[in-house]
Amino acid sequence: MSDKTDITLTINGQSHAIRVESRRTLADAIREDCGQTGTHIGCEHGVCGACTVLVNGEPVRSCLMFAQQADGKQIRTVEGLADGDEMHPMQRAFMENHGLQCGFCTPGFLMLAVGVLEREPDISDHDLVDVLSSNLCRCTGYQNIIKAVRAAAVEMRQS
Amino acid sequence: MTAAAKPGLVGQSVTRKEDGPLLRGQGKFAADINFPNQLYMRVVRSNYAHGNIVSVDLAPALAIPGVVAAWSFADVSEIPPIDFRLTRLEQLAAYRQTILAKDKVRYVGDPVAVVFAEDPYLAEDAAEHVEVEIEELPVILQADGEIGEFRDGLPTETALIEKGYGDVDGAFAKAHAVVSLSLSIGRHSGVPLETRGAIGRYIAETDMLEMYGAAKVPHWNRDQLAKMFGRTAANTNLFEGHVGGGFGIRGEMYPEDVLVCLAALRLGRPVKWIEDRREHLIAANHSRQQTHHIRAAIDRDGNILAIDNEFFHDQGGYMRTHAATVPDLAAAMLPGPYRIPAYRVLGHIRLTNKTPGGTYRAPGRYESTFVRERLLDAVAAKVGISGVEVRRRNLIATSEMPVTRALETLGTDIVLDSGDYPKLLDKALNGIRWDDLQTQITSRRKAGELVGSGVAMFVEKSGLGPFDDVRINVGTDGLVEVITGAASVGQGVETVIAQICAEKLGASYDNVSVIHGQTNRIARGLGAFASRVSVMTGEATRQAALKLRDKALAAAAELMQLTADQLDIVDGEIVRLDGGTGPSMTLAEIAKALEPGGNLVGDSEPGLFAEASFESKHMTYPYGVHVAVVSLARDTGGISVERYLVAYDIGKAINPMLVDGQIVGGVAQGIGGALYEEFTYDDRGEPLAVTFADYLMPTAREVPDVEVIISEDAPSPLNPMGLKGAGEGGTNAVGAAIAAAIDDALGQPGAITQLPVSPQRVKALLNAKV
Repeated sequence: MSDKTDITLTINGQSHAIRVESRRTLADAIREDCGQTGTHIGCEHGVCGACTVLVNGEPVRSCLMFAQQADGKQIRTVEGLADGDEMHPMQRAFMENHGLQCGFCTPGFLMLAVGVLEREPDISDHDLVDVLSSNLCRCTGYQNIIKAVRAAAVEMRQS
Repeated sequence: MTAAAKPGLVGQSVTRKEDGPLLRGQGKFAADINFPNQLYMRVVRSNYAHGNIVSVDLAPALAIPGVVAAWSFADVSEIPPIDFRLTRLEQLAAYRQTILAKDKVRYVGDPVAVVFAEDPYLAEDAAEHVEVEIEELPVILQADGEIGEFRDGLPTETALIEKGYGDVDGAFAKAHAVVSLSLSIGRHSGVPLETRGAIGRYIAETDMLEMYGAAKVPHWNRDQLAKMFGRTAANTNLFEGHVGGGFGIRGEMYPEDVLVCLAALRLGRPVKWIEDRREHLIAANHSRQQTHHIRAAIDRDGNILAIDNEFFHDQGGYMRTHAATVPDLAAAMLPGPYRIPAYRVLGHIRLTNKTPGGTYRAPGRYESTFVRERLLDAVAAKVGISGVEVRRRNLIATSEMPVTRALETLGTDIVLDSGDYPKLLDKALNGIRWDDLQTQITSRRKAGELVGSGVAMFVEKSGLGPFDDVRINVGTDGLVEVITGAASVGQGVETVIAQICAEKLGASYDNVSVIHGQTNRIARGLGAFASRVSVMTGEATRQAALKLRDKALAAAAELMQLTADQLDIVDGEIVRLDGGTGPSMTLAEIAKALEPGGNLVGDSEPGLFAEASFESKHMTYPYGVHVAVVSLARDTGGISVERYLVAYDIGKAINPMLVDGQIVGGVAQGIGGALYEEFTYDDRGEPLAVTFADYLMPTAREVPDVEVIISEDAPSPLNPMGLKGAGEGGTNAVGAAIAAAIDDALGQPGAITQLPVSPQRVKALLNAKV
């Protein structure tokens, strides 16, 4: 149980040399061992998507991945979206469209949406809603999240 | 003094003060709070729905290195059970929950023991090593079945709720017809995305007990914790950080909150507890489950002469902090927006071997609106008129306002303060283009589709008093701090309070910050429930801001050698109303002049600040109309909500964007309860919905683009801004409207008698029709 392994997590370009048990989830390692608490844990069984981060560009549920599986890979979390004071277009769109209330699910939605749009900038509206339906939000009723992601998609295509 | 005409912030959809940190991943939710040297708590929960505790052996857990302590009831027996916060009935006291189960368990999830360890993974391992032996007892799973025994001869029917007025029996005796229905609402709940969490910390050198992770009602919980531990409120403090959704269930006092604090006191180290999702689904408050048997006496035109209702409320294993609140609200609010000349209700509060219940957004009203609106539809079918027409005939007219209901709830008499119900019905029907919609539905049906529409109306309640205090300070840096006794569960409290303060004071919105949920900053506060914050804290803020404005202008007048009525405050700057130039001043400079030792202090208390309290004995009553359009899949019984419209009159919207957000989010939760979400149990009381794969919450696929009409026809006469609460109107009538729309799509009036409506149920109804 206490057999620990040395791994390196690269989060938003910064290396974190940590020592973890094999069973430690990536979500716990990001939050507790690397101190990046913007990634939230909502269900620990891969349904709600609050813990979504990008691993080598792909949206991943960090509660379903072991930290060791992410050793040496490029991880991006919500903390890495803004460029200093300048928010990412996705963050700004969420603010302008009231795409968040309590904000707990928000980091997961931001990373899911950014990950998908970077890979597939011209995704159809239907497919976009399909992708967004993989995460849960309990406050907004989703419509403002969808509006925000559409608005950010336009801006991301232009930039 | 006249306030100059300024572009008002109240009524503007400004972006939220809350958003920046939340979008940047800088939120401080319970799980994000850590203290050096902290321990982690894990609760050992009953795997049986009902049983006698034969033994609890903590030794195997304690033997694991890194486990610091473990307790069963024997270790916490001096701690009293958790008390009631609202709607106390003395006879319910015997049914309260202790922080660990004493000699019986009463639901799967009942806390039996608790372990404390150096690491959360280790705490979870250790909890599995606590050996609990339970002798299983027969379970009660039906609230309307036989009454059983709670303990010591106490019946599982804990109380009866009786309300009413008028000559009900006389009305039934002379009725043209009687319409009777039996209706049920399923067990579901708020289920916020953030699970519960609590961190207890004891600072020995100052004898201070602190709890982090508080929400909703921090002051009440502080007072209770102090009382339970024999401490004082002065050396007990609760702190609310970011809160990942409340919806009624979060922030109530639960056993785990008491346990982390007790452990912090006893073990001398900070103690952290973060709930996992399975725990949340079996341990945090459930809600809603009721069965009603309702009758209406009507005349030949479909006018209701009397309503007689008997219902059974499934409370689960214990009476928790809400005591009789939910069934009481269901009983008191059932008459809704209609002129009901006589009314009688009998509610049975029953314990079952399921998770205990509490409030969930629109508590008692989601339930009784479903029941009342099903009844209205049945009356319409009985006399052969439309659902819209039966409502028009029975609605209270504006000329009758205010209406005293001869009913009371939450310690207040129900007085419907203002409203134009028929006008809002028109707005809703125009908004959805009702006549066109009916034409479309008719033609789609001809083409073989199963499609239908439904309308439901309701009265909400909001702005529960009796008081709220606010203190506003202006610092020498010009920053304005509004200190409230409110709480924020993610609904945008900081934004709306800052809007009111900035407008009334004349400060810049960006310079206003709002404090909530910090018991060390303000002596008392009632928190956030019953859609009360905008009304109560909002009005207290308005009063304090105006006082502060007068104080600042008086000081400025002295410094500028003018009279106060020649001056105004705009964006934190004192300006001359006549537009005259000359030396100007800022709020910051006035704050400096009023500092201790400042040149303007004189005999009064130093500082640029003001305080106000707003007291209110009555609630305000917003009201709404929901319209649903659904289609059904003939082959699977699948239900899709194609369109949804909410028209809601809230008197005055401080921030329409936030009101819209509250309504749309509320609709999504209502759709969950109407179609997807249900806590089901097997016949031994084993819960079957313990993950998000079993407990189905709506996703972006299931929630339609909700059309919202925010109406301001009926400002509340109970506060000068005319405010009513926005939080619960989106949820209230969803079950009712969707049930009516499914009936209509099936072509079977009255077919839907139970929520949630599953595809299997629709399929069975379709098969029965053939």
